Amino acid sequence: MNKTPLTQIHHDLGAKMIDFGGWEMPVQYSGIISEHRAVRNQCGIFDVSHMGEIIIRGEKATSFVQKLIANNAARLQTGGILYTPMCYPDGGIVDDILVYRTGDKDYLLVVNAANTDKDWQWIQKNRIKGVETINVSDDYAQLALQGPASRDILQQLTEINLADLVYYNFKEGKVAGTKALLSRTGYTGELGYEIYLSPEDAVNLWESLFSTGEDYGLVPAGLGARDTLRLEKKYCLYGNDINEETNPLEAGLGWTVDLTKEDFFGKERLLKIREEGLTRILAGFKVTGRGIPRHGYKITAAGKEVGEVTSGSFSPTLEENIGLGYIKKELAEPNQKLSILIRGREIDAEVVKTPFV
Amino acid sequence: MAVPKEFLYSDDHEWIYVSEGEATIGITDHAQSELGDVVFVELPEVGKEYDQFEDFAVIESVKAVSDIYLPVGGKIIEINEELIDQPELINEDPYDKGWLVKVEIADEAELDNLMDSEEYEEYLEEGE
Repeated sequence: MNKTPLTQIHHDLGAKMIDFGGWEMPVQYSGIISEHRAVRNQCGIFDVSHMGEIIIRGEKATSFVQKLIANNAARLQTGGILYTPMCYPDGGIVDDILVYRTGDKDYLLVVNAANTDKDWQWIQKNRIKGVETINVSDDYAQLALQGPASRDILQQLTEINLADLVYYNFKEGKVAGTKALLSRTGYTGELGYEIYLSPEDAVNLWESLFSTGEDYGLVPAGLGARDTLRLEKKYCLYGNDINEETNPLEAGLGWTVDLTKEDFFGKERLLKIREEGLTRILAGFKVTGRGIPRHGYKITAAGKEVGEVTSGSFSPTLEENIGLGYIKKELAEPNQKLSILIRGREIDAEVVKTPFV
Repeated sequence: MAVPKEFLYSDDHEWIYVSEGEATIGITDHAQSELGDVVFVELPEVGKEYDQFEDFAVIESVKAVSDIYLPVGGKIIEINEELIDQPELINEDPYDKGWLVKVEIADEAELDNLMDSEEYEEYLEEGE
């Protein structure tokens, strides 16, 4: 199994470790609920070194990136970041990724850990002349510092003026004496930063953040809390809510698809889908009966199957059971009553507006 | 991990305390720790009968759904209704306030299939 530079630290902290897409990762330390609340109220730090990184550079870098992604990279200045699906020609999603514009003809793609090899092969297969691609996943560790106190903690360790670093932008500079890329992004919906750095500096940064963050209530947080935090904000999780069989329009990611830009993989098909209209939509619901929705459970209305749960959990913020699922379009409106089929019983649920929190 | 002396234990980390043909049943400290924060419990109806090691309840943590197996066959005579609103009692006090059900034992000979506290402690060590 792959290890991050912080694996030993997680063990020492008594974390529960799991296999996540071939990586040995911490799922929780003190407990998912307390870690979740720490991130919403103070600050948490996540080891997300498993994420993949791919460089695309060269004369034709911009047109190649534009061909790969559904969002519009022409909107990016150097220092800007874009969230985007990367689609197959049939509109299915290869991966959802972040595109960092690191220079005029330089991009860094940050991809999901479990998809790194698949994405790399897809990119290689479609590479055009005038473009160099490098899989640099092994050259980066990544820490995500998330929560209302994140700026105050991080500012003490860097010369970069964080007040100037706006959402979905990044800067390169020193953090705790180490060269790093500092990105105002995250997967929790809180004020937060993602810090990319060389693997050999990761332990040092982790420890520096803790000694500074102690007074602010900083705690280590695992993938369990990361999942409940993102679910409350309706951020899609690849492999759960989106995959090769779903398209970005039905996933509610229409805002990341620019159908007016030059050709890209999936454009033709997505235009057709838009013209024909969607049949199902990824909607949020809460369970009003007793039960927790889980990935794969059926959604029913008047005894008939009308959808399937893609993500579900107890929400530590709302203290209710919530979920996401693809639901027939005409039933995917807030206040619509539905049922979730849990262990053979129909449990009452209701479509709600998202994000949940 | 706490392993009270006066209880018996199953391979699946349920405990049972027997007194005058009546058994109180729950999950062990080890089991609750492995599960993490318990947020939902589904208990059987009073009066239902189960065989030994049959699944009779479901406990869900934030991340996981787990079937719970009855360490001895018999009829459910009481359920811990407190758990419906306070599932976290299973984490906080697995051997007392976090009990799940009480059972009228069908055949006490089945208790021989369970471990005593020393055996269970060894079993936990082997599993490390």
